[in-house]
Amino acid sequence: MTRKERYDVVVIGSGPGGLAAAIAAKRNGAGDVLCIDRDLEPGGILLQCIHNGFGMETFKEDLPGPSYAQRFIDQAYAAQVEFLLDTMVLEITRDKHIFATSKQHGFLEIEAKAVVLAMGCRERTRAQVRLPGTRPAGVYTAGTAQRWVNVEGYMPGKNFVILGSGDIGMIMARRLTFEGAKVERVLEVMPYLSGLTRNYVQCLMDYDIELQLKHTVKNIIGKNRVEAIEACAVDDKWNPIPGTEEIIPCDTLLLSVGLIPENELSRKAGVLIDPITAGPYVDDGFQTSVPGVFSAGNVVHVYDLVDWVSEAGLTAGKSAAILAQKGKLAESPAIPVKAADNVRYVVPQTLHPDHLADGDIRLQMRVTRPIEKPVWVEVRSGDNLITRRGEPYARPGEMVTINLKQDLLDVVKAAPELTVAVVER
Amino acid sequence: MKSYDVIIIGGGVIGCMTARALARYELKVLLIEKNSDIGAGASSANSAIIHAGHDPMPGTLKAQMNRLANPMWDQLSAELGIPFKRTGAYIVAIDEDLSCLDALMERSKKNGVPAEIISSDEMKKREPRVNPAVKGALFTPTGGMVDPFAACIAPLENAMANGVEVLTETAFQDFIMDGMMIKGVRTNLGDFGCRWVINAAGTYSDDIMHKAGLRPDFKITPRRGEYYILDKSEIQIDNILFPVPNENSKGILVLGSTHGNTLVGPNSNSINEKGNKAVTADGLAEIWAGAQRLVPSISPRAIIATFAGLRATGNARSLNVDYSHDFLIEVAKEVKGLINLAGIESPGLTSAPAIAEYVVQMLSDAGEKLVEKKSFNPIRPARPRFNHLSREEQAALIEKDPRYGRIVCRCEMITEGEIVAEIHAPLPARTYDAIKRRTWLGTGRCLGSFDMPRVVDILARELGVSPLTITKKGPGSEFLFRPTKEVEA
Repeated sequence: MTRKERYDVVVIGSGPGGLAAAIAAKRNGAGDVLCIDRDLEPGGILLQCIHNGFGMETFKEDLPGPSYAQRFIDQAYAAQVEFLLDTMVLEITRDKHIFATSKQHGFLEIEAKAVVLAMGCRERTRAQVRLPGTRPAGVYTAGTAQRWVNVEGYMPGKNFVILGSGDIGMIMARRLTFEGAKVERVLEVMPYLSGLTRNYVQCLMDYDIELQLKHTVKNIIGKNRVEAIEACAVDDKWNPIPGTEEIIPCDTLLLSVGLIPENELSRKAGVLIDPITAGPYVDDGFQTSVPGVFSAGNVVHVYDLVDWVSEAGLTAGKSAAILAQKGKLAESPAIPVKAADNVRYVVPQTLHPDHLADGDIRLQMRVTRPIEKPVWVEVRSGDNLITRRGEPYARPGEMVTINLKQDLLDVVKAAPELTVAVVER
Repeated sequence: MKSYDVIIIGGGVIGCMTARALARYELKVLLIEKNSDIGAGASSANSAIIHAGHDPMPGTLKAQMNRLANPMWDQLSAELGIPFKRTGAYIVAIDEDLSCLDALMERSKKNGVPAEIISSDEMKKREPRVNPAVKGALFTPTGGMVDPFAACIAPLENAMANGVEVLTETAFQDFIMDGMMIKGVRTNLGDFGCRWVINAAGTYSDDIMHKAGLRPDFKITPRRGEYYILDKSEIQIDNILFPVPNENSKGILVLGSTHGNTLVGPNSNSINEKGNKAVTADGLAEIWAGAQRLVPSISPRAIIATFAGLRATGNARSLNVDYSHDFLIEVAKEVKGLINLAGIESPGLTSAPAIAEYVVQMLSDAGEKLVEKKSFNPIRPARPRFNHLSREEQAALIEKDPRYGRIVCRCEMITEGEIVAEIHAPLPARTYDAIKRRTWLGTGRCLGSFDMPRVVDILARELGVSPLTITKKGPGSEFLFRPTKEVEA
């Protein structure tokens, strides 16, 4: 099959963000749309997420990851999105020239009118949390173990300790238990859960797997293979508390200590990165600082529900299609959206008030500290409250959302900037 | 019993360079290495510097070997395809009195090492990220960076191409003696006869000579050095920055590398347990503080890996000067047929090719008739590294072999073609770490979490074995335990 060298929209990555972006680009009038993925099949990391819990928002159904992905893959093929699989993008230039390489297709050069970055995220490693100790086999990220168990069909250990209460870690605790392994303990350095409460209930509590908050790994022991880890309690500044050390014999340490948006390609393309999210600065149409380069999903900031990723992809794909057809997005100047009290970051970081004419704009954020009582999510312009919404609690592990409704168009237009806070009611 | 002229114990950089030096002559040579791969001991973790030679105490073997070896690296790099950059190196004075640079200048002169003192402004111009409080620096233009793994693999592959035999997972157990004459060595793989043994066993070189009843007072007390590797997309320093040295070590550096990552480290702590390459919380804090002193702007966000290495610190006294941690390079006197290359700590990597030539000299002086091989070929072509090629070269390589089109390690952009080539190389890579050392796969920001299952798969396929047998670094370090439960269709 001979391939075109020019596309209206090229999407990098075929996970949930990329698939949705490609579908939306097609549906919004883009001509040729290409979706490039490094794996042999589209779907991204969803393909190894064989547990359920996907699609409650989008489809009102509780689906396993591959089924959720398949619905979008079917839509993409139906919309005549082209796929280039088993292909790695090496570089995207500022003027949207793409270099890629593939065993099957060789060395490729592709031009795009608009690019959607949807490379997702990667897992933090032992070095990034500075775990001391030796470097034996048996220290894996939860996602690597998930691939081995769910895709390759191999068990990477018998006795596990899991560091971090991220969602993949908790889901793997259950999965490994199903497969006959023993999960000795889940340790979490923070005083609260870092993943979703439902995963704590369904994956740890239901299987009597112990979670120890304010605990970490002080040492990894073992020359060739992990033989044990030394756990300890930490104080409020995450320093080990002397006397609390405990040796836990195990052969595998899984890490579920956070995800980092994967933006090496974005940086090379000149896209500005927000140091807090580690993803591109985006506007409400998910355009980055480089005109014509959009980004969607976990590459922007790490979501906890795939449904939100798909939704962001739809928005980014639509914007990319409009840009590819019109050459630019007709828009008013953007105003900043800033994180205020108890908000670590908010996405998008800027918005175009005019876009409220086309529909609501969703603001998503993470809180800095947990509040275990009712809270207000407030959007202000200076001292003026523009809109607010109540939530029963706010936790750093659970993303907080508020919609700017269409009818706020005039108020938002008059605002020099917006601030967002999450405060006790 | 299979017999050789020379058996080299240890496949670190000293053993590998010695093997290549001996390969020039009509000698039957065997190198044995106890690990699954060569270059896996002290040579596996260091600062990867070709030192100019300003630091060793004048009159020591360290100073002599460093001076002789430094100029050899250009030719070695060209013949053997070892990545090498002669960048020069800086010793940066920050809080110290500037007179300390004069003292270093004096020492450089005595060691025969070119050096010049540069101003604070000049230093800031050459490395804008240096601490703005810098007062001045000593610049040694002959310093450089090398790929420390290629520095082991390349010479040994060249030695093999010229007839040297290599056995891995082969541990020395004892000498076979006839009176005071060495007749061979006993190993876990059986006995091998020889006339000469070259003890290049790194941190275990004291144990080897003690087995021959030699130098009971000689002792290796490894000094551990810890390091950080920084993400090249966050920071790329192309210089070598030393602090002003103290009594015990050259201090905590910030430096670039041949593969583009910035390194921070090492500290220096004596340890009792040989082979203990654990990193510690205190050690990591120490090297970070040291690095921030040289380059205050470095951010912990840039950290992508930690590692620790061991220096094979001995207690050999220098012949000419008052110094008690010199290299021990000698033909043993009490037994016949043993050459000790022991206590080879920094600048050991730099000095390796000169030490290897010295071994040839010692053999010749001991009456060994060395006849040059007519067939000796000094060239070992480097295998292609996809990520180092131009776009045109990449396209041409994929055209020739499509496996170079599939990226397996996405951070370092290492291809299936490169991995397969290393698995089937003359010195085959049979473990994950062996592939890592040869290609730099898995050394990037995801630390192999993406490539690991794929590499295990490729190793199993290419070696025709089950993935369950694939190891990180030899027996006992298998990645996988068993298949998942079978589910009925």
